[in-house]
Amino acid sequence: MSQDILAGLAVILEEVAGVDPADVTAEKTFIDDLDVDSLSMVEVVVAAEEKFSVKIPDDDVKSLKTVGDAVSYIQRAGVAA
Amino acid sequence: MTTTPGQVVVTGLGAITPLGGDVATTWEGLLSGRSGVRRITEDWIGELPVQIAAPLAVEPPLGRVEARTLDRSQQMALVAAREAWADAGSPEVDHERLAACVASGIGGVTTLLAQHDVLREKGPRRVSPHLVPMLMPNGPASTVGLAFGAKAGVHAPVSACASGSEAIALALDIIRAGRADVVIAGGTEAAIAALPIAGFAQMQALSRRNDTPETASRPFDKARDGFVLGEGAAILVLESAEHAAARGARVHGVLAGAGISSDAYHVAASDPSGAGAARAVRGALRSASLEPTDVIHINAHATSTPTGDLAEAVALRTALGSHIDQVVVTSTKSMTGHLLGAAGALEAVASILALRDQIVPATRNLDALDDEIALDVAVVDNRTISTGAVLSNSFGFGGHDVCLAFTR
Repeated sequence: MSQDILAGLAVILEEVAGVDPADVTAEKTFIDDLDVDSLSMVEVVVAAEEKFSVKIPDDDVKSLKTVGDAVSYIQRAGVAA
Repeated sequence: MTTTPGQVVVTGLGAITPLGGDVATTWEGLLSGRSGVRRITEDWIGELPVQIAAPLAVEPPLGRVEARTLDRSQQMALVAAREAWADAGSPEVDHERLAACVASGIGGVTTLLAQHDVLREKGPRRVSPHLVPMLMPNGPASTVGLAFGAKAGVHAPVSACASGSEAIALALDIIRAGRADVVIAGGTEAAIAALPIAGFAQMQALSRRNDTPETASRPFDKARDGFVLGEGAAILVLESAEHAAARGARVHGVLAGAGISSDAYHVAASDPSGAGAARAVRGALRSASLEPTDVIHINAHATSTPTGDLAEAVALRTALGSHIDQVVVTSTKSMTGHLLGAAGALEAVASILALRDQIVPATRNLDALDDEIALDVAVVDNRTISTGAVLSNSFGFGGHDVCLAFTR
């Protein structure tokens, strides 16, 4: 499950910000490690909401520092839904 | 060529236009009289009364992510700026002494229209977070400034079809005032879309020669019936002569002066007296410390509208007196169409190359000179010119008049 989410995020990150899918691992931070700027991060979040059928409120986005944070959040949100 | 302290010199040129993806191809197109105007066959053209335009000859060669976060006008500006910077020798510069002046007449209109569709069809959550930086008229200036690390100022003068020339004029002022050593300056426009075409058509500004697109842009011709909307970008690297000399830069020409005035006549119509345009021309000569008799060639604004071309002819005679009879005039818009906010920058490139190569591209489609236009327009064959001063005019809706003066 979490591997599927990670792979899905990698697809989104490549599409939105040109990140090499091989670089997308749980411990990487979006901004510093993957060079995703704040505007592209919004695109990543909206694309993830659509792909995984979850809601990620803007206030929660700030807590998503790493890819692993996002995977856990999407997993929990998916279960809650 | 040698440079004189205090001068502002042109050390780099870049362009992406309806005639080609770079300066060399565009210049070759102008010298061979190619037309960049074609019938638009995409579905969006629908039942518009105008079915022709001058789109880019080649798409901007950018990566997918760059293309995703930049409006088409920004993409074109970036491509032209990269060419210009490489042409200038990719100089090592003090970034705090580097500025960017890149204008657009309309800004990111295709992004605005596309995102409005997204808002209506999919809701606000799906609107791109890149929307605002893509549609703002200073977006292309910002794109170029970021790409080259310009920290002395990033500017985007907006004056409709005079914007590109005004950006170059502003760059001249900036260097003369000592605020920067190097300025990346020019214009860009990407407005070939249904709504802008419908709007210009409602102003009766566009040619409706839908069946013969290549003949539609016919400046100074008796049968001219409006301009053809084009798209593209052109960028100059401008440098203080001292800075260029210190790094041993190759110099294309000298931006000798610029004149700016305004008509205060009508928001869109040309003042038939040409008074404002004439003041811009005289201002450029004064700014360049030139006499009317120094002028050998003028790249006219001449968009192919019935009133605009006539008013410009009157203005040129007012400004230069009888010497205008000794001046070779051309309108490269007969081949490129009208690039709005990029027009002045592209015509600056053509002016500099005309001066460098001592050849003026002939005006295409000028089958019969308007009886009321008393100008020596290059037609059919390209004209050789000697050395002297070359002027480039740009006028814009809003009553903007800008004239640039180039020498070698």
